Amino acid sequence: MILDAKIPAGELADKWDNYKKHAKLVNPANRKKVDVIVVGTGLAGASCAASLAEQGYNVKSFCFQDSTRRAHSVAAQGGVNAAKNYKNDGDNVYRMFYDTIKGGDFRSREANVYRLAECSAQLIDQAVAQGVPFAREYGGYLNNRSFGGVQVSRTFYARGQTGQQLLLGAYQALMRQVSLGKVKTYTRHEMLELVVVDGKAKGIIARDLLTGEIERHAATVVVLATGGYGKVYYLSTLAMGCNSSAICRAHKKGAFMSGVSWIQFHPTCLPQSGEHQSKLTLMSESLRNDGRIWVPKKAGDDRPPQSIPEEERDYYLERKYPAFGNLSPRDISSRAAKERIDAGCGVGPMKNAVCLDFSKAIKEQGKDKIKEKYSNLFTMYEKINGINAYEQPMLISPAAHFTMGGLWVDYQLMTTIPGLFALGEANFADHGANRLGANSLLQACVDGYFIAPYTIPNYLADEMKVEKVTTDHPAFAEAEAAVRAQLSQFLNSKGTLSADHFHKTLGKLLYNKCGLSRSKESLTKAIEEIKQLRASFNKDLKITGDDKVNSELEKAGRIADYLELGELMCYDALTREESCGAHFRDEYQTPDGEAVRNDQDFCFVSAWEWKGEGVAQELHKEPLVFENVELTVRSYK
Amino acid sequence: MKLSLKIWRQEGVDTKGAMINYELDDVSEHMSFLEMMDLLNETLVQKGERVIEFDHDCREGICGQCGMMINGRAHGPLANTTTCQLHMRTFKDGDTIYIEPFRATAFPIVRDLKVDRSGFDHIIQAGGFITAGAGQPPEANSILISHETAEAAFDAAACIGCGACVATCKNSSAALFTSAKITQLALLPQGKLEAADRVVNMVEQMDAEGFGHCSNTEACEVECPQAISVLHIARMNYEYNKALILKP
Ligand SMILES: Cc1cc2nc3c(=O)[nH]c(=O)nc-3n(C[C@H](O)[C@H](O)[C@H](O)COP(=O)(O)OP(=O)(O)OC[C@H]3O[C@@H](n4cnc5c(N)ncnc54)[C@H](O)[C@@H]3O)c2cc1C
Ligand code: SF4
Ligand code: FES
Repeated sequence: MILDAKIPAGELADKWDNYKKHAKLVNPANRKKVDVIVVGTGLAGASCAASLAEQGYNVKSFCFQDSTRRAHSVAAQGGVNAAKNYKNDGDNVYRMFYDTIKGGDFRSREANVYRLAECSAQLIDQAVAQGVPFAREYGGYLNNRSFGGVQVSRTFYARGQTGQQLLLGAYQALMRQVSLGKVKTYTRHEMLELVVVDGKAKGIIARDLLTGEIERHAATVVVLATGGYGKVYYLSTLAMGCNSSAICRAHKKGAFMSGVSWIQFHPTCLPQSGEHQSKLTLMSESLRNDGRIWVPKKAGDDRPPQSIPEEERDYYLERKYPAFGNLSPRDISSRAAKERIDAGCGVGPMKNAVCLDFSKAIKEQGKDKIKEKYSNLFTMYEKINGINAYEQPMLISPAAHFTMGGLWVDYQLMTTIPGLFALGEANFADHGANRLGANSLLQACVDGYFIAPYTIPNYLADEMKVEKVTTDHPAFAEAEAAVRAQLSQFLNSKGTLSADHFHKTLGKLLYNKCGLSRSKESLTKAIEEIKQLRASFNKDLKITGDDKVNSELEKAGRIADYLELGELMCYDALTREESCGAHFRDEYQTPDGEAVRNDQDFCFVSAWEWKGEGVAQELHKEPLVFENVELTVRSYK
Repeated sequence: MKLSLKIWRQEGVDTKGAMINYELDDVSEHMSFLEMMDLLNETLVQKGERVIEFDHDCREGICGQCGMMINGRAHGPLANTTTCQLHMRTFKDGDTIYIEPFRATAFPIVRDLKVDRSGFDHIIQAGGFITAGAGQPPEANSILISHETAEAAFDAAACIGCGACVATCKNSSAALFTSAKITQLALLPQGKLEAADRVVNMVEQMDAEGFGHCSNTEACEVECPQAISVLHIARMNYEYNKALILKP
């Protein structure tokens, strides 16, 4: 199969306009005859569902939380990027495009990234119109700040709760459409299977998590906006429920999966404090605007950080990357932290952290100013650790955070299954091998508010003419039977180990062997071990409870998918014999430890095709063509 | 540490529930309350028993899902803290802890500690939004909003929809939740035009959902993880009366 990204003709800056000029429309009178399924109510899903409903389509919106407002987008703190150039500091669409392409280590599509930058300004307008209370200057104008990886101020924020506020804006737009009768929400529902008829996506099988009922839902298009899968590592910054099930099951039905091993480790998380821990908490990266990162110069220095004198501190980011310093991109900052921790310079009880120090900023700007900017983060830090970070440096360390990988989509955000679209973090995204801070909220919103509302109707215009599929179609019966079989297998398995046991084991394995750095050896080993773990899962799992409300049963399905995904991640990392962005192969580095990218052989998007149970997946390559930027070594020195 | 836990177990909406005793050893003071619950559930799985169902997701105090009554207080003994942000260092070895679901007629119990808070969504559907179409909004800086107004709107907008205010209120009133949204949108220029309809519709919906009336005990503010101020309730009443008086 040839992967066609369907990138429109024309100059880079004209491509999206060209697409929109020629996109097909659906007659307003016909729209009410079309059913659309949107799985996911995060920024991508809620904005898409609300936008399509507003155009007149009937939308069914699904999420596993008890309310659509609780999708994980709610947790994003730092901010959202937009090339508004309000600060007159030289920002523009091209610069944002360039920063993003470079940030992604030249592993993303030019056309997609340009469109992301192009639509960014409009997103701020959209959110403001909805009442999102972004930070304002005293004169009433919007305020913004700079974020990791860029030298201009293009990040808009609502205190440390930008994701929450953007999501509430989208949620409210969605609730408005519910009240108008154009959206029906199915909360506490989990999609467990995709239904494909004649090669096209025509519906889903979902489980009502309250009654245990298995339901069939048919539609003319299915949109997956189901978020990222960083929780595959168990310890991550993601919510407990985040998972890969929807995309994994679509993958098995023919949707290709891309860049799966590109997982960003966020440099500013709270360090792990013990074995009991279920997640790692992110401290907003915006803290790096004022906090300075350092470790003791001497390995094994046991003094409390605040008593280590200035000359014995190693401000390693400022030292190694003077141009960007504490604002160096996430992959660089995370790896630099790991490197220092591995060298024995880590601080904290488990020696697994580095210092994020505000003493200089407090001295220069005053405590009040710092309080105004970050007080909620300081409070949160104290709640979790019992430490006052106005007086002592915060302790931070890298944690699994964001998945650049996901379902392969073309320029229209359509997967390799016609009629199946993937939005937001669930697609392989515009980020390449690394995401710049504050670009993900943007991508999720832009996908849902501004792109899918053009590209989905373009598909529908033709698909409308095809006869509607109903839930009586045998494909639904077949998909439902598969779901039932899996659930009853879980409920009847007679093992002794809990679902969490498998999740934790897989997570640790991946963290060590396919985490911040990987090697041929570690990956080959990981693949073997995951195979064994899966075999054990199939016979040793123990699920208590019934087929109604049962969180253990929910977990089991998600872990089954993680086991498949984890293995694919390792294959993906293994075949990519280079270091790029979040993907650092030990074998491919310079003598001083910098990543060595190989554009000659690896300037492509990997797209994996499922070939059946127990059969190796087939790797397809979508070559990345750069016409507007020169592939340079990504240096932040 | 070692704890005695007394936890509400209830199969479903129509069945009767009861407090059940559990003993738990090896609780670390660094655990969050929910990690302690995970540990307990792990022991139940080992014994072949059904785990205790509770709602949670983000575990960082922002999704609003993890509500439960702990020793009679919504989200436990600390002020302005969600259950997931409550750590076991707040308790001591040998403590007995009572754990129950949020109770309110408008929040039916789903199972054990899980409740149905969809009433909140219905209140928002009744008008808790700004009627702004998607796609072609005006330039953001064409709507000037003073720093103070934006901050005040944010103070209200910070509500996470957790329902602690309802659970802690002797009338099970949703006034704090509803008023927070009303204040946020009424303060902003974008939301002014439909402010009157909004407040009337939302207040009516609040009643229709079976939430009680606010009798100004101010218990809600104390338990609210976001420290949402009861002054918003005053503002809601003001907006409501204004809407009724000025109704054309
Ligand atoms: C702690 C944290 C902080 C962050 N901070 C920032 C930031 O400052 N700036 C930034 O740009 N980005 C940030 N990000 C990243 C950003 O928040 C996410 O990438 C983005 O919100 C993802 O949005 P989404 O709509 O794709 O998915 P989500 O918001 O994760 O939504 C997924 C939805 O899918 C549903 N779902 C999933 N599977 C199923 C299923 N099988 N059946 C039914 N429903 C399902 C869920 O219920 C949910 O509604 C942060 C991420 C984290 C974790
Ligand atoms: S007002 Fe406070 S207590 Fe009530 S729902 Fe909102 S955040 Fe929770
Ligand atoms: S789990 Fe999200 S607020 Fe506690």
